[in-house]
Parts: sequence; structure tokens; C-alpha cells
Amino acid sequence: MADRGPKKLVKGNVALAEGAVQAGLRCYFGYPITPQNEVPEYLSGRLPQVGGIFLQAESELASINMVLGAVAAGVRAMTSSSSPGISLMQEGISFLAGDQLPAVIVNVMRCGPGLGGIKTTQGDYYQATRGGGHGDYRTIVLAPTTVQEMFDFAVLAFELADKYRNPVLILADAVIGQMAEGAYLVPDRPIVTVDKPYIVTGAQGRPPQNIRSMYLEGDDQEELNYVLQDKYRLIERDEVRYKTTQIDDAETVLVAFGTAARIALSAVREARKMGMKVGLFRPVTLWPFPTPQLRELSQRVNKFFDFELNLGQMVDDVRAAVVPGTRVEFYGRPAGGLPTPADVIQKLKEL
Amino acid sequence: MQKKVFSRPEGLLDVTTHYCAGCTHGTAHRLVAEALDHFGVRERAVGVAPAGCSVMMYKYFNCDTIEAAHGRALAVGTGIKRARPDLFVFTYQGDGDLASIGLCETMHAANRGESISVIYVNNAVYGMTGGQMAPTTLLCQRTTTTPAGRTVANEGFPLKMAELMANLEGVTYCERAAMYDVKQVRRARKAIFHAFEIQIQHNGFGFVELLSACPTNLKMPPAKAQKWVADEMVKTFPLGVFKDLPPGPSPAPSSAPAALAEEGTAHAV
Repeated sequence: MADRGPKKLVKGNVALAEGAVQAGLRCYFGYPITPQNEVPEYLSGRLPQVGGIFLQAESELASINMVLGAVAAGVRAMTSSSSPGISLMQEGISFLAGDQLPAVIVNVMRCGPGLGGIKTTQGDYYQATRGGGHGDYRTIVLAPTTVQEMFDFAVLAFELADKYRNPVLILADAVIGQMAEGAYLVPDRPIVTVDKPYIVTGAQGRPPQNIRSMYLEGDDQEELNYVLQDKYRLIERDEVRYKTTQIDDAETVLVAFGTAARIALSAVREARKMGMKVGLFRPVTLWPFPTPQLRELSQRVNKFFDFELNLGQMVDDVRAAVVPGTRVEFYGRPAGGLPTPADVIQKLKEL
Repeated sequence: MQKKVFSRPEGLLDVTTHYCAGCTHGTAHRLVAEALDHFGVRERAVGVAPAGCSVMMYKYFNCDTIEAAHGRALAVGTGIKRARPDLFVFTYQGDGDLASIGLCETMHAANRGESISVIYVNNAVYGMTGGQMAPTTLLCQRTTTTPAGRTVANEGFPLKMAELMANLEGVTYCERAAMYDVKQVRRARKAIFHAFEIQIQHNGFGFVELLSACPTNLKMPPAKAQKWVADEMVKTFPLGVFKDLPPGPSPAPSSAPAALAEEGTAHAV
């Protein structure tokens, strides 16, 4: 473990932006939208310090396609936005997946559907974990719960994107993005980079290269899809991440991510004081979802309590993961109505 | 002693194109390839292809290429050029791509004065999708989606991109040329060469609109389609130089992002 120096009090959005720069981000393109504006604002000053490019694009459509151009030229690039802006980017994310290009996309979620409000919510789980755009593809999805994870996952996101030549989404929410917490702003290990022989930087000393996702002849388009699916199976095998708290003797396991997991963690601690045998299972990668791990846990625990800041999206994955006969209950509130730990405990008692 | 006076440019691959008989994409491709050769930039060039008939230009150009989503060629081009200012970037786009779905990206890239050369092929019709109305379809022109002819009342006016571009301060050079006869092809060649020069020597945004013939979707024999461009299209889209600023300070940023490999913390795996 590297010496990470002193912790600093910093907002989640700023920690994420600084983590990205230290991970090697050199081109950022984005369009303003609340609650993620600290990301572009910070990077507009920070990137020039490291010889990078910050450009406020004319739209989210332009942002994601500028990112596509920059990563095709071999540079680590990123965009950030919030829910409606991420919806606009879906075509570009699909192209990144089809082109097999690495990119990091940050979604600090706001309420929906439609323009919605800027309160804390997790309504974009389906969009994030099912690809989001057209075609049969997936993005790796990291769900931070702390400001420290905003920093650390920015680093991890660039590494995973390059390793698998695939877009990686960081799915945060307003609380994580806006709150300040103590965090180390130095990576805990050296940054990993890879060679990128597929990039288009001029046909010097080699035949011309092309980046595309359209294959009109023969079975090439189908072949691309099989290649992508093989890659996704590899990611499902090797990149599942999750955290557990007090599940060893738990009779009921809460399942939650992001800000909901913070509330759930407080609820577990309070419930334990009351003698309730409750634990927390927190998926860190929402895709790949920790399906095998939840399944194994459900051999022993037969009561799961899924808690989300929406009206039930991840719960589908939980139900699909557990062994038949396992009880899975859901509690959630959408659009900024933040339940307290006491609310969660009350629901647990009602089980 | 025989002397070779005409040959395929190195910028073009020795293959047969999929373009229809009488289509002027082939001519435009050759002119672009000649410019790549002339300036010696083929080995540091990246061509951005649109959605449309020229989406398959990677098969024909002997340089690196990338496919952009429909309309987003200049956003992709911006990303490439900002990431690697040492590269030569050109987009090759049709009227639907550049002037309809991608108008926003086109105008903003132009307005920023991106150091990119734009080849804009305007044939007044959607080619690849089968002859629907384009933003540049002439008034009264029949297409599969304007069966009674384009009207001002319903579809508005043909969009004049060269004129529009000339009004943007970021644009260094902007010309409309055609390819319906040898004289016009020569002028088109000169225009493309100048647009390339604007990028190479002045980091400027150069824009060349090429009036082009689509015999298949105009439902005309090739010669008649060429005549239609000369007689009808030119009335709406007059040829000429709309802007050609003298060389000045580059409007585009010159700083390149530091290469990741140069980072002290980088470790290859």
C-alpha cells in the first residue's frame, strides 16, 4: 500500500475529477448539468496544469462523440453528466461499445423521468446496467458510496476501460457528488496502462487502420456480437466487486448501493444495537452484478431486503440471483424522498 | 522512352468502389487522395466518415479512418485533433450528415475554428437510404418524401451551408465548388488543396462544399444528372469562394495533452 499522505476534506465530484486526472485523464469534454457541475469546473482549471485538454462542448451529443474521437486517438478521455444528459449520450456509448473503445462516463444521477429535479435518486439503474443504448452490449458500472470511492473508482474506471476496451460508467448520485468528506487524493497503487495498437493515429509504417461498428458483409456483424459477448463473460467472471457488513450471522441481508447503502449501513448498525441479526450486501459493480455471490449467500440466508432510491430496479437482479424459495422484499422511495435509517429499520421490523 | 503521366494517388487503395454509376463520390475521393499525396500527410491523416454512402470510405482511402455516428463527424474530429494536434484530420460528410442531423456539431466546430478540413458533399438528396429529402433538396424537387416536390410552406428552404459557414468567425476558408465538368473538377481540386493547406500551415478550419450528382436517386442517366447540377443546383447554390482569410494567428489551441506514457506513475502491463 502506497503512502497516501493526509486526508483532505473534499466534495465527491472534485475527488472524482482529481482521481481521473491522476489516472491519466488528458481530454475532458462535457456540458453543464446539475448536480455534477463541480467536475467540469474543477477540470477546466486542473487539466491545463498537466498539459491536458478541457473543452465545454455544445451538447452531450457532442461531448460523448468528442470523447470517442479522443480515445480513438489513444488518449484517456472522459465525460460527465446527469441523467437526461446521459440519455442523450446513449447512441455514443453504444458506438464506443461497438467500436470496442475505452472511455469513462460519469453519471451523477438526478430525478426522472423527464427533466426531473436535482434531488438524490437512483432511477438510472436499469439504463446503466442494461447497456442503455441500442444493441446488445454492456458497460462496466461502478457505484461509489463514499467520496474516497469517487476518487478510487475514477482510477479503476480508466484501468478497466483500457483493459477491456469497453466504456465504463461511474454511477453516482447527488449526495455522493455534492457532499464533502475526508479522502486521500493519492492513488493507493501505481496507475496501470496498456498498449493500444488499435488506435487511429496515422498509417505510418503500417497499413491503414479503421475504427467502426458497421459490418455489412457476410457474418461479420454477428461475429462482432459474439466477440463482445465473450468479453462480457470474461468481465462477469473476473471483475465482480462487492462489499459486505456483518453478514456472517445475519438472518436478514439488506442489499443496497450508492447513497442507499450509506443509509442501509447506518440502519444495520442501529438494528444490531437492538439485537436484530441484520447484515448488508453492497454491490460495487452493478454490472457485472455479483450474482454468484448473492446466490451463494442465499444458500444460508433466506431473507433479503433490497433498498433503493427508486421504486425497484436492482431488486430484479437480486431476485434473479437468489436460490428459489428465498424471500426478497423491497423498500424504496423515488425522486428525492430520502428515507432515514429509522425508516429502514421500521420496514425491517414489518417483514 | 515512355513517361507515366497519370496514376492512382497513393492516398487511394486499388479497389473498385461500391458507388453507383455516375456518382461523383469517386471524383471527390480521388481529389482528396491527391491532396493527401501532395501535402505528404497520408501517414498522419485520420479521415472521419459519416453515416451515408461514404460510410465505407475506409475501403478506399489509404489512410486511417474512423466511422462517426450520423451527424457527429466534427465532434469525433474535434476529439481526435484536440487529443493529437500533430495529426491531420479531415471529415468527409454528406448533406444529411453535415447540414441536417449534424448541423449543431458542424456550426460549433466551425465556430471554434477547429483545425480540421471539411469535405462536404451536397447532392440535394439522401443517397444511402434511397432518395428522401435532404436539407439541400431544391424547391419543387421531387424526392421519395416530397413526392409532389419540396415546398416552402411545408419543408422550408434549401440550407446553404457555404454561406452559413462564411458568417462564423472561426472559419478561415470556405468555398463551394462542383464536379460536373473538367473545369469544375479542377476548381474543386484547388479548393480541397487550399482547405488542406489552411489546416497544415495555419491550424485553421477549411470548408469545401462540393455540388455532387446522384443519378440513381435523381432517377437520371449520369450525363443528365451532371447537367442538372450545372443547370439547376447552381442556381440555388452559387459557386465561389465565400471566405478566405489571410494567414493569421491560429484560432485553434496548439497545446497537446501530455502523452500518458510520459507520466511518472505509468506502468505498462
